[in-house]
Amino acid sequence: MIDENLVEHLAQLAKLDVTLEEKAKYGEQLSAILDYVKKLHSVDLMTVKPTDHITGLKNVSRNDEPANIFSVKKTLKTVPEISLNQIKVKSVLNEKK
Amino acid sequence: MRKNNNMRFAELTINSIHQGLINKEFTCQELVSEYLRWIKLRQNDINAFITVTEEMAMQQAQKVDEKINAGKEIGILEGVPAAIKDNFLVEDILASAGSKILSNYIAPYDATAVKRLRTAGVIFLGKTNCDEFAMGSSGETSAFGATKNPLDEERVPGGSSSGSAAAVGDNQCVFALGSDTGGSIRQPASFCGVVGLKPTYGRVSRHGLIALASSLDHVGSLTKNALDAAQVLQTISGADDFDSTAVDQQDDFLSHIDDDLRGFKFGIPKEYFIKGMDERVAEVVLQAIDKLRYLGAKVIEVSLPHTQYSLATYYILQPAEAAANLARYDGVKYGLRIEGENLEDMYIKTRSYGFGDEVKRRIMLGTYVLTAGYADDFYKTAQKMRTLIKQDFDQVFKKVDCLLTPTSPSVAFKLGEKFSNPLTMYLADIFTVSANIAGVPAISVPCGRVDNLPVGLQIIGNYFEEAKILQVAHGFEKG
Repeated sequence: MIDENLVEHLAQLAKLDVTLEEKAKYGEQLSAILDYVKKLHSVDLMTVKPTDHITGLKNVSRNDEPANIFSVKKTLKTVPEISLNQIKVKSVLNEKK
Repeated sequence: MRKNNNMRFAELTINSIHQGLINKEFTCQELVSEYLRWIKLRQNDINAFITVTEEMAMQQAQKVDEKINAGKEIGILEGVPAAIKDNFLVEDILASAGSKILSNYIAPYDATAVKRLRTAGVIFLGKTNCDEFAMGSSGETSAFGATKNPLDEERVPGGSSSGSAAAVGDNQCVFALGSDTGGSIRQPASFCGVVGLKPTYGRVSRHGLIALASSLDHVGSLTKNALDAAQVLQTISGADDFDSTAVDQQDDFLSHIDDDLRGFKFGIPKEYFIKGMDERVAEVVLQAIDKLRYLGAKVIEVSLPHTQYSLATYYILQPAEAAANLARYDGVKYGLRIEGENLEDMYIKTRSYGFGDEVKRRIMLGTYVLTAGYADDFYKTAQKMRTLIKQDFDQVFKKVDCLLTPTSPSVAFKLGEKFSNPLTMYLADIFTVSANIAGVPAISVPCGRVDNLPVGLQIIGNYFEEAKILQVAHGFEKG
């Protein structure tokens, strides 16, 4: 069952903030959905191989060559904060831990 | 006001527009102006569009007219007004995916499918409304308000390609691009009375389609008829350097589309006519199948024994892939950014504010099924069931050419009816998800009405046999 603690844990992993109310609501809803999908457990799948790619394509590659394909100008325009043509964010490595 | 009394070019298809343009019955600019006028008139009531690209459309139309006036030949799609679902990138135009988190995102490039349409001379009228990040079966999760069903504005148009289906159904465009991850083209097509095609996985490049679930997403079309669907597919399909899952297979979807259906063998999977679905919908679909018998086809009952596990499989795989695909929306490189005390705080604030309820729910569900300790139980199990579902189709296509099923267990439901119970909403996809899990092509065609609301007949084909299902759909329409 998905209780409020688990919802909080999942939210943390997913980088989401959830209110107390939302924890209860999501807990209930996620539990109901999981109850439904658990029907897969009633099938014996021991000898079945998992499918991760449906068309069976393997090792599709292209040459690793640089090219001017996307507009740098248009791409940078989508960035919330730029400094000297670079994406600016708050510090990634912090002094204190 | 009865809709379409006022719309001069309502009911026009790709071919009739092409004829009209080359015979100079109307100019492209007249045509496009009229579509733009109609869109404006209907926008408040239907809310099919997020962005209307009036300037771009008129510029494109002018170019087409110049070409015609110079006596040059134009291609079949040239000058045809279309709309693009807002989870596709159209260069220089907002691509919101129906979400607040991308409500300021101007696409820096064209999606491959979009580029191919642009090169073919298609006129882009605008970007259509959709469920947020294509997560939904009603259009109601869009951050830009729900789209209404043009046939009954108190009902949903279906989703997630809600705006695309409503726009085609309301004659606001001739055709529209959509995406289908669990039924998001076919179900709204059936609710709005239009044709919805989901090709084989890998048939159309997904480059420039904002990803929801990469192994389940398909690019396809909403059109007025099967012939138009074939025309659009011919243009957008084929290998692409930018999508390594796009298959290098060129097929001809048009040459045999008019061939008759005598000798076709159809299968009716018994698992698709179940208790709990609207019996009247089942009745209408069975009558439609009778029509195909009358056209000379043979119809037998078949079985896809793992159908009962499809929805569960889908709602494990899709949220898992969605959680991974939506991790990129963190306020760093594009879209919304809400500053925080530190980097992590910025991620959390941005995502919490920018994502809607359904998106958060699916991200958390996906996170759960991929969590260490649970992944084997859920994700791997679902992948194994995926193998069995695929094998069901492989087996059945040894016996028949195509399968015939209802597209949806009901006709369009009322706004708000299923919104408060996610699981009830998910059940709307019950007949469509298998084709996404297996990757086989499927098309929904209007086949009748219940309570004056459209019912869709779903035709499912074997891998890369879009030509066959288009031929069946076209034959059914003619018959």
